[in-house]
Amino acid sequence: MLRRAVRTLDERTGSAPFLHKALRYVFPDHWSFLLGEVALYAFIVLVATGVYLTLYFEPSLGKTVYHGTYGPLRGMQMSEAYKSVVDISYDVKAGLLIRQTHHWAADVFVAAIVLHLLRIFFTGAFRKPRDLTYLIGLMMLGLSLPEGYAGYSMVDDLLSGMGLAIGYSVALSIPVVGANVGQLIWGAPYPGAHSFESRLYIAHVFIFPILIGTLLAVHLALVASRHHTQFRRRKADGQRRVIGVPAFPGQAPKSLGLMVGTAALLFLLGGLVQINPIWLWGPYETGLSTNGAQPDWYLGWLIGAMRLVPGFDVTIGRYTLVPNPLWGGLLFPTLVFAVIGLWPFAERRLTRDRRVHNVLDRPRDAPWRTALGAGFLTFVLLVFFAGSADRAYVSYNVDYSTQIWIYRALLITAPVAVTWLTRRICLGLQRSDEIDEEREAAEREARQAAQAPA
Amino acid sequence: MRWRWTAAAVAAALLLAAVAAAQPPNGVIRPSNESSLHPLELGAQLFAGNCASCHGSGGRGVTGPAQRAAGGTRGQGPPLTGAGAMAADFYLRTGYMPLGNPKNQPEPDRKLWNPREIHALTAYVASLGHGEPIPHPDPAAGSVGEGQQLFTEHCAGCHQVAGQGGVVTGARVPPIEHVAPVEIAEAVRTGPFLMPAFSKQQITDRELNSIIAYVRSLGAHDQGGWGIGRVGPIPEGMVTWFIAAIALVALCVLLGERLKRT
Ligand code: HEC
Ligand code: HEC
Repeated sequence: MLRRAVRTLDERTGSAPFLHKALRYVFPDHWSFLLGEVALYAFIVLVATGVYLTLYFEPSLGKTVYHGTYGPLRGMQMSEAYKSVVDISYDVKAGLLIRQTHHWAADVFVAAIVLHLLRIFFTGAFRKPRDLTYLIGLMMLGLSLPEGYAGYSMVDDLLSGMGLAIGYSVALSIPVVGANVGQLIWGAPYPGAHSFESRLYIAHVFIFPILIGTLLAVHLALVASRHHTQFRRRKADGQRRVIGVPAFPGQAPKSLGLMVGTAALLFLLGGLVQINPIWLWGPYETGLSTNGAQPDWYLGWLIGAMRLVPGFDVTIGRYTLVPNPLWGGLLFPTLVFAVIGLWPFAERRLTRDRRVHNVLDRPRDAPWRTALGAGFLTFVLLVFFAGSADRAYVSYNVDYSTQIWIYRALLITAPVAVTWLTRRICLGLQRSDEIDEEREAAEREARQAAQAPA
Repeated sequence: MRWRWTAAAVAAALLLAAVAAAQPPNGVIRPSNESSLHPLELGAQLFAGNCASCHGSGGRGVTGPAQRAAGGTRGQGPPLTGAGAMAADFYLRTGYMPLGNPKNQPEPDRKLWNPREIHALTAYVASLGHGEPIPHPDPAAGSVGEGQQLFTEHCAGCHQVAGQGGVVTGARVPPIEHVAPVEIAEAVRTGPFLMPAFSKQQITDRELNSIIAYVRSLGAHDQGGWGIGRVGPIPEGMVTWFIAAIALVALCVLLGERLKRT
């Protein structure tokens, strides 16, 4: 049947050679290679559910009065945007399921990218000839953060409004051009011009998705053309030959299963676990606020950073050169992305290893990379957890400012300790590998000696 | 060998900490013939034993140097002559009084008194002057919608919009989802610790009914399924990582390793 389909296509498009190659494309068979696919499938769910939501979302800050199904909000003044999302949640068929699935898919999408990135980093899969692929992946991660932020913000509920207030303060904190950037994005001083809502909307449903989609296509094309990496094997040197399973019939059912599984999990979450119940938050008005407003998790590390940076402004006379939010809100994430993005090039410089690498390192094979990576990860994770110190205070009654000081102390010590420890563990594992090899060699010799005629 | 000593020291420290934590924060002194006393008499005795060190004899307040209170606590407190039954009932039913250290935020959930004692102490404090009586809110007469608006306007900045609490400079703001209607009314009118007291001009009794109706309705609108605490992104992120990400990695392992065998 497949044969017939290929022939039918080939007679019209001449694509048989391409299809042939595509179907015989070899996939490595380690589970960690599937993490990137999970991100891809979450993206597909995001686009599909997102299209459904655009049918009902009303990107307008025009005022209206709510008369819908949800009792407590009835008779309240609110923006068209907020009202349309309450309607999606309460009155549109399957609206709440789709909305929640969309939001869960966004959270999981970024999480899957991060896991994928960790695999790529700790196995050295970013090395030549895949450094470009790596950078494109990182750009997608970078773009998905403002994409999520725009989606979270355009609903115009209490949390969106407060998130935008923080975003605005960060924009204004950029030295010299801050006011202009704020003006450019918001169109007017906070809360911004009416056109701001449509800007968010265009960014969320058009500009960022198109950018991410395009980069995704290039990313996948590059992966295919450079082929996958693979782990070292006993017998094959592997720098040339790829060992694994063909796309069809080996990989296809696996990928299909993963796609169905990912989508099923996301819809299950969407149906069973409440996410961002905007009807409870209520509509936003300037001046309203709620305690402990937080962004989605993938921006939580910025909140953590803003809390950990001691409260100071860099000033010259009465002129504030660097207002405080800049450190946590902008410089810190820029620094993190810069470190991740520049790592492949730094590593090439430092190790003077400019060769092409198609075989992966096990993390222990590159102790310094693994150790520094683990230390850096610890650093970012600590900042991330500091973002929820207020909740920890409420739930576990650990004093808030004590926590902040503990985090500050840990930020200096823990990464160093983790780096040192990880390196020791890597070296230890290497050593035990060597012992294993020596033992095997000795056993082989002993066997040969026993077989040899006396 | 050194690590053994370290381990022993750590174990000893943990044990000491556990013993210290197991002690009640401060002891409460009770008259031995408690059950035979008239309520007002019982109130006066309990007050003299547990409260007067901070609030002064007869509730006139302590301004001089700190005195020693029951259970070894030291301290000073405001005069209670104008406090009335409302404040007394609130501070006792929440477990805020007697306070351990007058500088600290009162701790909830130390239920040191039985209802008869609360009643007796409340009556005694009320007898000290002309304070507010215990209020009788009627949340059924309020509107949840109006309550949501008023709550967002007056309370959400500290208590979080769904009443889940939070942190403000200098205080931990408690979650109030499960607090009884009377206690909410008392808190709003009394204004414990850093919380402002709201007068009847700021929030009328009718509006207070609505606020209470809203707070009491919080658990009823989890349209989307499991509410995961109604604090937004933090539990959502935990579900993302601890449920979704783990499930998906497990799926990858399952599919990846299964395929190897076939
Ligand atoms: C400035 C911040 C702030 C505001 C505004 C505020 N509260 Fe409070 N509230 C607190 C703090 C802090 C406490 C804990 C007091 C303590 O520990 O002694 C508290 C305690 C309470 C309690 C008692 C909790 C318990 O354990 O019984 C209730 C009920 C309450 N508040 C309701 C409200 C309501 C209703 C509003 C709005 C009308 C409100 N609060 C406004 C800070 C605030
Ligand atoms: C360690 C000192 C201390 C002890 C002991 C103590 N209190 Fe207090 N009390 C305080 C302080 C300090 C405040 C003010 C707290 C606040 O603003 O929330 C207070 C506030 C109060 C109030 C509210 C006053 C008002 O006008 O709102 C009442 C009522 C009260 N205490 C009753 C008692 C009773 C009854 C006892 C004994 C069971 C007691 N206290 C024991 C220190 C103490």
